[in-house]
Amino acid sequence: MQDTLLAAIQGASRFAGQSSVRTWLVGILKHKVIDGIRKTAREQPVERSDREGTEDLDALFSDDGHFAEVPGEWASPERALEERRFFEALERCLQALPRNTASAFTMRELLGLDTEEICKELGISTSNCWVMLYRARMSLRACLERTWFLSGSAGAG
Amino acid sequence: MAFRLSCKEASKLISDGMDRRLSVAERITLRLHVGICDACTRFTSQVQFLRRALKAFPGPDDPEAR
Repeated sequence: MQDTLLAAIQGASRFAGQSSVRTWLVGILKHKVIDGIRKTAREQPVERSDREGTEDLDALFSDDGHFAEVPGEWASPERALEERRFFEALERCLQALPRNTASAFTMRELLGLDTEEICKELGISTSNCWVMLYRARMSLRACLERTWFLSGSAGAG
Repeated sequence: MAFRLSCKEASKLISDGMDRRLSVAERITLRLHVGICDACTRFTSQVQFLRRALKAFPGPDDPEAR
């Protein structure tokens, strides 16, 4: 799935200059991506970290429910969107996610599918789907904070 | 649901709110928590930023990405 997506993003370079790269991505690749996910979901056993349980998330909070690592202040996040290196950092963070978690998050946020469609494609319950999206957001937020916003990368290039 | 949320419960609701419509009770308890919690206020804007970032994903030669 990620290979398909990466190929898609690389293929999008041929459309440089058009404002509708995203539209093109969604239109042409929605089915390809979904086919890839279906195939992957059939062939790959669900990774431990893709499961519904939230035990892995417990470590991110103290026993009384406070953030173990409090979200920091991000300097000019909107400017990051103008930097290619930011998207490279984002891609690395996406690749660090469990496979199905990354699939669910990409379908939700890049392709704009609703959770009902995503659950159906991945063959999981709605509540599991919400947990996976939550896990993806927690992980990506922390990863970007670590590797971009608080690492000195932001605004350095 | 408890009247007072922990950051752990609040962050799950903040995420859920991006994928489903929260109940009135959920929205009220969440607003009460986020209103007094800097960490969850930042968490909210950061996950909303993540959504904008995914939508803005450029191609490698996209001239808008520098």
